[in-house]
Amino acid sequence: MSQLLSEFRRPELLQIVALTLRVTGAALLLATLAGVPIGALLGLVRFRGQRVITLALYTGMGLPPVVVGLFVYLFLSRGGPLGPLGWLFTPAAMIVAQAIIAFPLVAGLTMSAVAGVDHAVREQVFALGASRWQSAWTVLIEARVGVTAAIVAAFGGTISEVGAVMLVGGNIEGQTRVLTTAIVLYTRQGEFAMAMALGVTLIAVAFGANVLLLRLQGRLRDR
Amino acid sequence: MTVGASLYRLESIQHRYGERVVLDIDRLDVRRGETLAVIGPSGSGKSTLLRLLQFLERPTEGRLWFDSVAVDAEPPVDVRRRVTTVFQRPQVLSRSVHANLTYGLSVRGMPAHPAEIDRLLAALGLAHLAHAAAHTLSGGEVQRVAFGRALTFNPDVLLLDEPTANLDPRNVRLVEHLIRERQSQGVTIVLATHQIFQARRLAHRAALLLDGQIVEAAPTAELLDHPSDPRTRAFLTGDMIY
Repeated sequence: MSQLLSEFRRPELLQIVALTLRVTGAALLLATLAGVPIGALLGLVRFRGQRVITLALYTGMGLPPVVVGLFVYLFLSRGGPLGPLGWLFTPAAMIVAQAIIAFPLVAGLTMSAVAGVDHAVREQVFALGASRWQSAWTVLIEARVGVTAAIVAAFGGTISEVGAVMLVGGNIEGQTRVLTTAIVLYTRQGEFAMAMALGVTLIAVAFGANVLLLRLQGRLRDR
Repeated sequence: MTVGASLYRLESIQHRYGERVVLDIDRLDVRRGETLAVIGPSGSGKSTLLRLLQFLERPTEGRLWFDSVAVDAEPPVDVRRRVTTVFQRPQVLSRSVHANLTYGLSVRGMPAHPAEIDRLLAALGLAHLAHAAAHTLSGGEVQRVAFGRALTFNPDVLLLDEPTANLDPRNVRLVEHLIRERQSQGVTIVLATHQIFQARRLAHRAALLLDGQIVEAAPTAELLDHPSDPRTRAFLTGDMIY
């Protein structure tokens, strides 16, 4: 137990947590910025081919992260179309991979939340004089609890993800090592106390972030 | 109040849901500044008629005119904003009563004058609920919020679909008082109701809608006291089986 506690004092732990939050936070931000408007649009309008897009999104929600990592790796590798960017084995590549993993979760669950708002609400705001954009915004606000849940689910999916960030980040000490990849490394090296300390830290970080998001959701619900 | 030329005109309107004809109106005018009561049993097409007048749906056949302009597609937003509906089952937004009341103002970019909102809240008996979450209200309170929300931005046309269906007699009186206030300001009102006495209290003219068809339209007292069509008589006396 004392050994476990001493592991919490290791200086690299803070650095790993900071990078984890930076990568996951940036990926979540990108996925939210793209996923919420697209999900809202899909929940609001009907068009030809919508079922195919919905199916693709739902499939994406269950996409194995390691497969995403493989594709991002191939795109960013020296011979890949985005190779000249030089992003492979940098936090930028990890952010891209995690954003791709998070996007279908945010968009798909936002779509469900928006589509779940009673059609009568849309007719009501139309009758109160809302323009199309105002109507769409109002419906999105009505679906805010579901949209927050989408972001919470995407956060959980990305912070706990290991396969993609391991592939495209390379788990380089001080540069691309995040909590999940560090746990894998220390477990393989037999440093179980450090792996446990990282595991507890990961759970604590996820718990803290979810507390914040759920408090936000509660506030939104009560508004 | 002045009752002028037609604000709405319905010409050879037929509206269908699939094969089912829900409205079949040869001609109906709603005059500027009048209160027209559309009476009829449940399922006669009253709510569908209001949906056409609110531009929520376009008639399957025929032509609807609003302010001398044919409504063939969704009208521009500034035209739509002249009309509002209090629905039979109104939806409140998941926000406070006050925010619900000012919603119509905010989408128009109009300021909410606190004194006016407070006066309206008091007139509707909702002053103590101003900051309550609207989804926690009772059915009658929701109905009053919906009614107040439709008044804040001073529409030219009020479409009222059974606006007092969930209200007790005291609140019916409050709402009817506010309707009379709007009448005196020249607002055009179409009131869908199956309450004959309410039609008598509020409407200048009344029309009986039966199976989607206008059976008879006349000044309210004339239609209620001396109906010319036997179906109107049967409806008013409660002898109609439908």
